[in-house]
Amino acid sequence: MSIKIYKAGIIDTLQDGGRYGYQQLGINPGGAMDKFAAQIANMLVGNNANEAVLELHFPASIILFQQPALIALSGADFSASMNGEKIPTLHPIVVNKGTVLQFHKIVKGARCYLAIQGGFVIDKWLNSYSTNSKAGVGGYMGRSLQKDDELFFKRNEHHAILLGKKEWIVLPWKADDQWENKKCNELLLLPGNELNRMTDKSKEKMFGLPFTISNQSDRMGFRLRSELLHTTTQEEVVSSGVSFGTIQLLPDGQLIILMADHQTTGGYPRVGHVITAHHSALAQMKAGEMIRFRLASQQLAEELLIKQQQHLLQLQNACTFRVEQYFNANRH
Amino acid sequence: MNYSNISYRIFPLGDTAITIDFGNHINESINKEVVARFTQLQQQPLPGMIEAIPAYSSLTILYNLFEVVKKKKPGTTAFDWMKEQLEERMKLPLTENLLATRLIKIPVCYATEFAPDMHYLATTKNISTEELIQIHQATNYKVYMLGFLPGFAYMGEVDERIAIPRKQQPQNVLPGSVGIAGKQTGIYPFTSPGGWQIIGRTPLKLFDAARDEPTLLKAGDTVQFVAITKEEFQQLSIETIE
Repeated sequence: MSIKIYKAGIIDTLQDGGRYGYQQLGINPGGAMDKFAAQIANMLVGNNANEAVLELHFPASIILFQQPALIALSGADFSASMNGEKIPTLHPIVVNKGTVLQFHKIVKGARCYLAIQGGFVIDKWLNSYSTNSKAGVGGYMGRSLQKDDELFFKRNEHHAILLGKKEWIVLPWKADDQWENKKCNELLLLPGNELNRMTDKSKEKMFGLPFTISNQSDRMGFRLRSELLHTTTQEEVVSSGVSFGTIQLLPDGQLIILMADHQTTGGYPRVGHVITAHHSALAQMKAGEMIRFRLASQQLAEELLIKQQQHLLQLQNACTFRVEQYFNANRH
Repeated sequence: MNYSNISYRIFPLGDTAITIDFGNHINESINKEVVARFTQLQQQPLPGMIEAIPAYSSLTILYNLFEVVKKKKPGTTAFDWMKEQLEERMKLPLTENLLATRLIKIPVCYATEFAPDMHYLATTKNISTEELIQIHQATNYKVYMLGFLPGFAYMGEVDERIAIPRKQQPQNVLPGSVGIAGKQTGIYPFTSPGGWQIIGRTPLKLFDAARDEPTLLKAGDTVQFVAITKEEFQQLSIETIE
């Protein structure tokens, strides 16, 4: 049971919910950039929400299915095709062996997730499947996927019988990944501990001006470009904990938002934190896009995250029901 | 030492983490408190706690919001609840076992080929290479925290006579390189761009994914550097690989 990388993408890695419990050793949590989308892909195929998924960036890998599988795509829309014919995201799809999955252009978003029913057969490192490229461990050999890599998956639900001679079947239900009516490109922030080090003028700018995501942005962090921001003090910030979504003011007056592969601690002023409920939207932004910040209360940040989680739980229940029902009805 | 009266401040680090800050300083007794409180939390985790990250003078705790909201009172936040829990914890005394420290000896070869910045440092500080090596070894260093890279330990304090600012432009540094930046010393676990002034190299692996404990050092350790010859370095390198 395996898929084979026919042609490598620029940076496609195995990721899961992240590696927690080792940050005291300087080992960063990593994990999917858009954990919300990764969970949806897993749910669509009936997996545990934090099973390993393939995180694809554009241009993405070309993937050959060597055995039948149940898969789903979520997150970014890279105009996927099976043997040249367009297939949708957010649907479970039964794929026959010999089928080729390919991605043609960026329609929307920055990171697409591929889940396979049963998950991938790889060893966990420190309780996680996530790839830690810096340490060269976790995921698939601690690196992004290359041509001819073969990834084995865990389970076969006799998809071959269901497929017959068909190359693939798109199952007739779709996951809804819209859970919030949110202003496009506006991210809610909680104030950072060193926000009050900023001059009043810089604070005004931070919550007034648009910020452009620069092309010096990757899984470690998004560097932003705008007018320069200033602090009232040169007092050093002694290195202290940071998190996914922490916004630091760099010495050059520009901001950086820390992402999945962030370092465990940082020594620059933490001026804000993107609320966790907006990490998914943030992770789907690309270089050149503009964002605006608005301050939120602790209570609102918590409420939105709970709302997002409730949406996921409902989705999980619905998906589990549909997958079971479909395969029971089609069992011969 | 009395640890019970140390002053602190608690603030949210976003919506799923909380930081207790003992004052923005690099200071051995403050760090001792951080590490002891961290060890205490490892032994008795707070409800909903995912993990804790000790730093120089602060401790950050990540929590599972969905577990914590079940416990909070209406009209308050999960952060409020975690803050209360943490304040309760701070009233607990620190027992001797929480303050215990491991002594780790690290062999370092200070030979020129492993010490690209030795000459610059010795010239700038106007001391001989021999003196510099002797001074670097004379102190037992405290591991304040790990960060930057998996297994990278920030240690201090180095003697004023060999303290030197980091480089303006980071350069490529090889694994095992021992460096000085300001009054701190540290060892690079991987090949990495780095700004610390490199004065030697250890054959030990600071990070090894195959070990049960992947990092050689952890916060709270005491480190002693021991000078070795090039021959000893080669011999130990072979043993490390085996």
